[in-house]
Amino acid sequence: MTATQAGTTRRWRTVVGLPARYLRAVHLRWLRSIQARVVIGTVVLSAIVIALVGWMLTRQVAEGLTDSKREQSVSEARAGIHLAQEQLNAQPVTDTRSLSDTTGKLVQSLSTRGGTARQYEVVLLGPLTAKPICEQVGKKKSRDVSCQSIPNQLLKDVSTQDGVAWAYSTMSFRDGGSEPAIVIGAQIHAPSTGDSFALFYLYSMSDQADTLSLIKRAMVSAGLALVILVAGVAWLVTRQVVTPVRLARRIAERLAAGRLEERMHVRGQDDIARLGISFNQMAASLQRQIRQLEELSRMQRRFVSDVSHELRTPLTTVRMAADVLHDTRGDFDPPTARAAELLQVELDRFESLLTDLLEVSRFDAGAARLDLELVDLNECAERSVAACRALAERYGSDVELIIDARPCLVQCDTRRVERIIRNLVVNAIHYSHAPRIEVRVAADEQAAALTVRDWGVGLHAGESTLVFNRFWRADRARTRSAGGTGLGLAIALEDAQLHGGWLQAWGEPDKGAQFRLTLPRDAGAELTRSPLPLVPREERPIEIGQSYERLDLGVGES
Amino acid sequence: MNTEPTAGRTGGKGTVLIVDDDTALAEMLTIVLSNEGFETVVCGSGDKALAMFRDKRPDIVLLDLMLPGMDGVDVCKAIRAESGVPIVMLTAKNDTVDIVVGLESGADDYIVKPFKPKELVARIRARLRRLGEEAPETITIADLAIDVAGHSVKRSGEEIALTPLEFDLLLCLARKPWQVFTREVLLEQVWGYRHAADTRLVNVHVQRLRSKIERDPEHPEIVVTVRGVGYKANAG
Repeated sequence: MTATQAGTTRRWRTVVGLPARYLRAVHLRWLRSIQARVVIGTVVLSAIVIALVGWMLTRQVAEGLTDSKREQSVSEARAGIHLAQEQLNAQPVTDTRSLSDTTGKLVQSLSTRGGTARQYEVVLLGPLTAKPICEQVGKKKSRDVSCQSIPNQLLKDVSTQDGVAWAYSTMSFRDGGSEPAIVIGAQIHAPSTGDSFALFYLYSMSDQADTLSLIKRAMVSAGLALVILVAGVAWLVTRQVVTPVRLARRIAERLAAGRLEERMHVRGQDDIARLGISFNQMAASLQRQIRQLEELSRMQRRFVSDVSHELRTPLTTVRMAADVLHDTRGDFDPPTARAAELLQVELDRFESLLTDLLEVSRFDAGAARLDLELVDLNECAERSVAACRALAERYGSDVELIIDARPCLVQCDTRRVERIIRNLVVNAIHYSHAPRIEVRVAADEQAAALTVRDWGVGLHAGESTLVFNRFWRADRARTRSAGGTGLGLAIALEDAQLHGGWLQAWGEPDKGAQFRLTLPRDAGAELTRSPLPLVPREERPIEIGQSYERLDLGVGES
Repeated sequence: MNTEPTAGRTGGKGTVLIVDDDTALAEMLTIVLSNEGFETVVCGSGDKALAMFRDKRPDIVLLDLMLPGMDGVDVCKAIRAESGVPIVMLTAKNDTVDIVVGLESGADDYIVKPFKPKELVARIRARLRRLGEEAPETITIADLAIDVAGHSVKRSGEEIALTPLEFDLLLCLARKPWQVFTREVLLEQVWGYRHAADTRLVNVHVQRLRSKIERDPEHPEIVVTVRGVGYKANAG
């Protein structure tokens, strides 16, 4: 496309764009406003009805006007024609010359018969046998009527048959003016010469036309006024209904936004008022319940906070005292020294249990808040795995970290994400008895994932969801000395869900287990797939016909 | 403002003012800190803390956030208003809001109860650790002149009062302009943490530092954020 063409297209778009934008705005208004729809609909319908009625009325009035005029004119013309025939019969004419004179006189007398306020013109054409001569007689307001005023069809009818014939026509004058008229004609015969003449009466219908146009104008104005009135009425009526509805909508929006004290203003006792009353009752009930819940949640938080403070201060003292005893246990006799050691170890457990319990109750109270920042998940994994190295060494496990070369930036709460990773790794170390644990990080455009894989005892069927239950232990008989509080995975799951992420587990007896954390890269975004498979590649069944669950777990594998 | 390095003034390792209403904990702290060679002064209520601070001129303050009488946060603000002395908060609440409020009121560091004695001692040592005898050196960053030995920062001859921690933070960044410091590195170099700790410490103190040295703290030009990584000093 050349520059000129582009310019033209742009200009064309601008030209086209304006009405299109306007149309879109109108369309939107049409879609969104009941009032606009009702008003426009009413106006269109009433305009159609009024136009139809007006058209029929004008037609009837026009017919009435012309019919009466026609009847009156025809009877008058009939009398005149009769008189002309009689005069022609009474005057014996011998030659063409005198005939011309006679007809001239005849027309003169006919046209003067109407008096000064003459309402008609007379035209005599004839003799019909020879070339017809247009004998125009009489002048109306000094204007000569043109012979063109007589429709050819009427002249033909009159020439060929007896009796009176009539037609509507336009009376045109020699000076160029014209007005609507009715033309009535008949044959008259001159008995002496045997010639036939066509005698026409032309009655002006301009009065009727004027009346009709007046009526039309009146009808159009009345119709317009009526349409405007109907539009106004429709607007007012819909306003009565729509205003409270719109008010209710606004109030509902404010309620939804958390302004629970908002209420509708209720006036009267009609349906709208009752809607308002019900609405207000609903709002009040909602407010009451939300207040109660808020109060409960606040009390719970307060309680947690108080318990936290009240327990932690004495625990700190005990902890420090135990530490002093522990440091000087060399001076004690063996049982007392062992007691000091046990005190120390169990205080550690008590402390982590307290911390976990407080964390869980914070989740339960809905008091957990995300402290979001953009961090590299690779670094989080490195730090978390590093923090678990000492424990891994103690249990004889080797933790391997496989990360992407590229930084894997995720919007998340570092503290929580690192806690999830730590919990997963610690869980793998504690429960799998596996010599090797593998932590893998990967990401795509939408999500980042981290898997913790172990080749340990694995999980039995159905346990992959149970592991996230609080205080759940894979083997009831297993000693508690395995460590952990039993809350680690539950807290990890809550942390993941707080991010809008997934935390899932897979495991099979003796094949090991894999935990997968998937986080949206932008906080709050919807997760649809994970960059890493939940079921490890080497464990995926190749044959088809496996259970739905197992196929489904493969989501995210490319 | 007292920005003199005073550690070692009393002959021992320094004087610690313990402001805590729990007598058992205060006594336990005294025992542990005395074992480590510190001198301790205990104050049981927030109201008397300021007077005692003025009287004893401690080298470091251990401050419980929940106190009868004057609140710990208010005590912290009051002390910070007249001195740059290191303040370490003792808090029983691990909630973000409480910690951030405490840090914003001027505390240099915090430690969550229950803590291990060694951990506390390490924190106190880190805060009392001054950079020893510095060679006279002046570093210029943007329009600021940093006198390393004199622990002062000047903008066109006018001194800007910084706490020792803020001074360390600025110095750490200014020594290597253009190098980006992650929050973890800053925690290690300025606060003396050996392993990962709360990066909010860095965020809050960078804000406090900016409010003192930046012309427009909303649009910092000296200590700039490198999104997703950390902070750096902008020499330009």
